[in-house]
Amino acid sequence: MIREIFKQLMKDKFAKIALVILGLIYLALFLADFIAPYTKDFSDRTMAYVPPSKIFIINEHGKLSMPYTYNYVRNFDSENLRITYDLDRSKKHFIKFFAKGQPYKFLGIIPMQRHLITTDPDGRLFLLGADINGRDVFSRLLFGGRISMTIGFLALFVLFPIGLLYGGIAGYFGGIVDTIMMRFAEAVMSIPSFYLLIILASILPSGMTSVQRFMLIVIILALIGWAGFARVVRGMVLSVKNQEYVQAAKSIGASRLRIIVKHILPQTASFVIVAMTLSVPSYILSESGLSFLGLGIQQPDASWGNMLKEAQEYTNIIYRPWLLTPGFLIFIAVLAFNLIGDTIRDVLDPKSKVR
Amino acid sequence: MQIFIYILKRILQSIPLLIIVSILSFFIIRLSPVDPLAELRLNPSVSQETLQKETERLGLDKPIIVQYGKWAKSFIKGDLGITSNGEQVSAKLKERIPNTLLLTTIVIALTWLVGIPLGVAAALNWKTPFDRILTVLTSIGMAIPSFFFAVLLLIFAVKTGWFPIGGLTSSDFLEMNFPQQVWDISHHLILPVTVLFTLSLAGLQRQMRANLLDVLDSDYVKFARAKGLSEFDVVYKHALRNAINPMITLLGFEFAGLLSGAALTEYVFQYPGLGRLILEAVLKSDINLVMASLMMGAIMLILGNLIADILLIITDPRIRVKA
Repeated sequence: MIREIFKQLMKDKFAKIALVILGLIYLALFLADFIAPYTKDFSDRTMAYVPPSKIFIINEHGKLSMPYTYNYVRNFDSENLRITYDLDRSKKHFIKFFAKGQPYKFLGIIPMQRHLITTDPDGRLFLLGADINGRDVFSRLLFGGRISMTIGFLALFVLFPIGLLYGGIAGYFGGIVDTIMMRFAEAVMSIPSFYLLIILASILPSGMTSVQRFMLIVIILALIGWAGFARVVRGMVLSVKNQEYVQAAKSIGASRLRIIVKHILPQTASFVIVAMTLSVPSYILSESGLSFLGLGIQQPDASWGNMLKEAQEYTNIIYRPWLLTPGFLIFIAVLAFNLIGDTIRDVLDPKSKVR
Repeated sequence: MQIFIYILKRILQSIPLLIIVSILSFFIIRLSPVDPLAELRLNPSVSQETLQKETERLGLDKPIIVQYGKWAKSFIKGDLGITSNGEQVSAKLKERIPNTLLLTTIVIALTWLVGIPLGVAAALNWKTPFDRILTVLTSIGMAIPSFFFAVLLLIFAVKTGWFPIGGLTSSDFLEMNFPQQVWDISHHLILPVTVLFTLSLAGLQRQMRANLLDVLDSDYVKFARAKGLSEFDVVYKHALRNAINPMITLLGFEFAGLLSGAALTEYVFQYPGLGRLILEAVLKSDINLVMASLMMGAIMLILGNLIADILLIITDPRIRVKA
């Protein structure tokens, strides 16, 4: 089935582009340590809020040259009471590829020093400018993407088994079990999901390691979504539970749990795949919203949402538009996931005409 | 008569739901290690008596079940306690809920006014360039993070100066006459409404399009065509009525989604609504306020679903018969 879906995806023009874009994004995130000129925690306080580095390929004599850049220097303009950023044209910093830069551990294991793109040790190559702490926005986009683009998937892998089993049991047993279980699920659904999200996030104790916090946010995201999913699964189980093959399984003495897990739930497979691909984007959006408010991933870790936190200040969004780049990446990623999800639904559910 | 019995039944059904919601939220909030009165204790303008009264009202020295009982009792009485600034929670809610309702009602009305005709138009022009362009546009609308869109619109407002930046009223609101006040509020509403409108239009348009396509495929529509009805009669007299019914069920969901989406939008635009209230309350760990606004959110959501159900009974006679 997977191969069939993939074949159909490649046939659709939009879905193909979306697949390629997502593939590139994930590849870049996988190789983040290598592609990024700086490590996640590198900061140069003298470089706070410097604009993107200007890269020159024509030198001062008007001749073609190897690409080079100048550092910025911060000057205080006492007339207009503003900080200005000027190029320090006294020293050229040539851009080097595959050269030695800051040491890092590739994927956290292999110690390496080479970076795809870097410059002299005293030069600063900030392709997308720097943030308030003088950290490279481009590097942090890559590291932040690792969190933003995986958290949704992880939440789904926690949520779907819960939703499947919950809906399966409620639907199969029926009667009072069903009533109680569904009332509870409806109650969870009756709390506006974003309210529930911020409240759950706010009770997380401070002083956790970033890994613990990441895992807990995954669990919180899962806690929001399972109820709606369980309700749909229950509906589907109700419609198949009296079919002959279920009765056959019953008559040969299969246990109830086995019937639910082995015979009934597989019937919901195509719905699950469609629902999963279509809900990845909403989890990416939830995480970024949460981090945007300061309740999700915390500094010094990066995620696309908490990088956008700086965009809450007017001065930032007007004078430092490069701080908005994570927003465009979220947009592209979500759009790509939506296009793929739509195509997968068309393949698995040919009657659906939502698209 | 039958309709009234059904509506009454539906209202009664939502009561146990609210009780479960309240238990759930109460336990979640009490899970937090924060002292619910910590802020109050630190606030010098709050007297010792008020503190004592709050401790007693919440039963903080008793087990959690008793605490819940006490909370439920005073909630039913309408006593929601005080915020960490010493204000009445109920006064605060009274001030904020109408603002959120105003925002969401305008957005729902607008999305229906625009989304339904666009959905119908797309279905009638299925697989034409018009339909495809609409699909692309709605995909884009669905993918913009609401808070990011809000930030972008703020830049626009700051740069052009065409729109006020945040809030719901200007500082000299009280000195204006009535038409000026109406204009002032609508001027402030334009940007938040634009954000939420873009967010929810896409879903509505797609659903309407899908519904109408499904109905146009059904036998009775083929029959209506076969007996020689004009295309106008087929679509607008027969197909549309059935295609709209599922949309009414969706109305409840849309309302839920808007309440959630509005929280972030309200936060960015500094709009004085329920979503921003709960956010501020959460950040200050103001437990009374969090609990009360959580319940209000749930009540609004349940009411929204109830209204959708009642509308459905009115438009769809089949449900009346079943009930």
